[in-house]
Amino acid sequence: MMMSIYTRRVWANRVGMAMSMVAMSLGLIGLMWILWTLFSKGFAALSPDLFIQDTPAPGSEGGGLRNAIVGSGLILLFSMLIATPVGIFAGIYLAEYGRISRFASFTRFMTDIMLSAPSIVIGLFIYAIFVARTGGFSGWAGSLALALIAIPVVVRTTENMLKLVPTSLREAAFAVGAPRWQVSLKVTLRAVKSGVVTGVLLAMARITGETAPLLFTALNNQFFSANMSEPMGNLPVVIYQFALSPYDNWVSLAWGGALLIALLVLAVNIGVRVAFRQKGKR
Amino acid sequence: MPDQAPTNSKQAALLVRNLNFYYGDFKGLKNINMDIARNKVTAFIGPSGCGKSTLLRTFNRMYDLYPGQRAEGEIMFNGKNLLDRKQDVNLVRAKIGMVFQKPTPFPMTIYENIAFGVRLYERLSKSAMDDRVEWALKKAALWEEVKSKLQQSGLSLSGGQQQRLCIARAVAVKPEVVLLDEPTSALDPISTAKIEELIYELKNEYTIAIVTHNMQQAARISDFTAFMYLGELIEMGDTDQLFLKPRNKQTEDYITGRFG
Ligand SMILES: Nc1ncnc2c1ncn2[C@@H]1O[C@H](COP(=O)(O)OP(=O)(O)OP(=O)(O)O)[C@@H](O)[C@H]1O
Ligand SMILES: [Mg+2]
Repeated sequence: MMMSIYTRRVWANRVGMAMSMVAMSLGLIGLMWILWTLFSKGFAALSPDLFIQDTPAPGSEGGGLRNAIVGSGLILLFSMLIATPVGIFAGIYLAEYGRISRFASFTRFMTDIMLSAPSIVIGLFIYAIFVARTGGFSGWAGSLALALIAIPVVVRTTENMLKLVPTSLREAAFAVGAPRWQVSLKVTLRAVKSGVVTGVLLAMARITGETAPLLFTALNNQFFSANMSEPMGNLPVVIYQFALSPYDNWVSLAWGGALLIALLVLAVNIGVRVAFRQKGKR
Repeated sequence: MPDQAPTNSKQAALLVRNLNFYYGDFKGLKNINMDIARNKVTAFIGPSGCGKSTLLRTFNRMYDLYPGQRAEGEIMFNGKNLLDRKQDVNLVRAKIGMVFQKPTPFPMTIYENIAFGVRLYERLSKSAMDDRVEWALKKAALWEEVKSKLQQSGLSLSGGQQQRLCIARAVAVKPEVVLLDEPTSALDPISTAKIEELIYELKNEYTIAIVTHNMQQAARISDFTAFMYLGELIEMGDTDQLFLKPRNKQTEDYITGRFG
C-alpha cells in the first residue's frame, strides 16, 4: 500500500518533469528560431554602408540606414530626457509626499492605465493634440509619444524602489533638520540610485522598438535630417515599410535595422545587470 | 508638579509639562512632567513598550512624520513650546539631534555624511567645512580611523564605526540637545565602551538624553535617571539615589530584576 503511493508519487513527478521540459523546449525553440533568423539575415545585411548611406529610393540599388539610425537616436534621446525627470519626480511625489492623498491615488491609477494602454492609442493621442495642431509630423511629436510610454515605467520603478528604503534612514535624515525635498533627493533617492537607473534603462528598452506611436508622429523621412521639427527617419518605421516591400535591398535593410534594435535592447539589459551588480558589491 | 524638582528653567534644557501622547486612540504617554537638566546626561529606563522611545521622539517631533500620532501638553525649549504648531520643525531638529538604535549612515561618503547636515543651516567655505568635519569626527572619536578615507562610502564602515559616524553627524550641526535611543544595543562591548566614553565627554557641551536597557550603562554614564512604566513616569532622580535608594516600589523591583 505504502509502496504504491510512493511509486505513484515518483511517476507523477516524472510526468510533471517531462511536461515542463517539453514546454520549456517549445519556448526555447521558438526563441532560438527567432534569434537565429534575425542574426543570420541581420548580419548578412551588416556593412559599413548601413551606417553611412541613407535609405534608398524605390528601385535604386544599395543604400543604408544612416538617417533612420540618427533619427531613432535623437527621438530616443529626447524622449528619455523628458521621461526621466518627469518619471522620477512623479515617483518621488508618490512615495515621499503623497502616500495617502487623493491626488496620489489618482496619479497611481492613471499610471497603471498608461502602463497597459496600447501604444497605438498613445500615438493617436499625440497625433490629435500635437501633430494635428502644430501642422505636421515631427521628431518632437515622436519623442513626446515615446516619452508618454516611458514615463509610467519610470514612475512605477522609482516609487517601488523608494518604498523599499527603510524608515530608519528616512527618519535619520529628518533628524538632522533636513526639509522633505532634501531628504528625498539627497538621501532616499540616492539610496536606491541603481534601482532607479534600472527603471530608466528598462523604460528605454521598452520604447526602443515601438513602431505604432511613431507612425502617427515622427512618420518617416527618406532623407537625412537632424531637425526635430520635421518628419524624421527612424528604425522601427523603416523596418515596417521595408520588410513588406518587393525590393530585395529594402528587405535586407529591414533585417539589418531589426538586428540593430535587438542589439541595443540587449546592451541595455546588460547595462541593467551591471547597475544591479554594483549595488550588490557595495 | 514635576516629579523631581531639581532645577529651574536656567538649569533645564527641556521642561516637560503635562505631556500626553497618542498613537491614534492608544495613549502612549500619560501626563509626563519632568525637567531635562542642561549639560547633564539623563537616562531613561523601563521595560519594553513603556514609552521611552515615544518620549524621545516627542522631543524632536519625529512623530510629526506620521499622521495619526499627536502630542498634547508642553515641552519648553529656549522659552518656547516646541510642540507648538507654529514651531519650525526642521529648526527644532537641527537644535535637538538624534541618534538611533541601528546605525543609519546616509548613502554617501563619510565626509558628506557629516557635511550634509551642516550645509542645511550654515554656509561654510571649503576649508571651514573640512575643519568642521574633522572636529566632529574627533568629537566622536572616529577621526583617527577614517581620516585617510573620508571619500569612501559611509556604508563601508563597521557597525560601531557607523554608529560613531552618526554621533559625529549629530554633533556636527552643533545642537543643544542630543537624543540617543539605545545607541549601543547593536554593538560589541568595545564599541559600546567607546561610545559611553564619548557620551561622558559630550555632556560638557551638550544636554544628553539616552534610552538604555542596560542598567549598568545607565548607572555608569548618567547624572539623572527616569524610570518609566506603561506610559507613565514612575520615578526620576539623581542616578545614584535612584539605583541605591529608589523611593518607589516598582522602580526597586525593576532595577533589582524582580519585575513582573
Ligand atoms: N507607530 C506606533 N503605532 C502604534 N503604537 C505604537 C507605535 N509605536 C509604539 N507604539 C506603542 O507605544 C508604546 C510605547 O512604545 P515605545 O516604542 O515608546 O516603547 P519603548 O519603551 O521604547 O520600548 P523598547 O524598549 O522596546 O524600545 C508601546 O505599547 C507600543 O506598542
Ligand atoms: Mg524603544
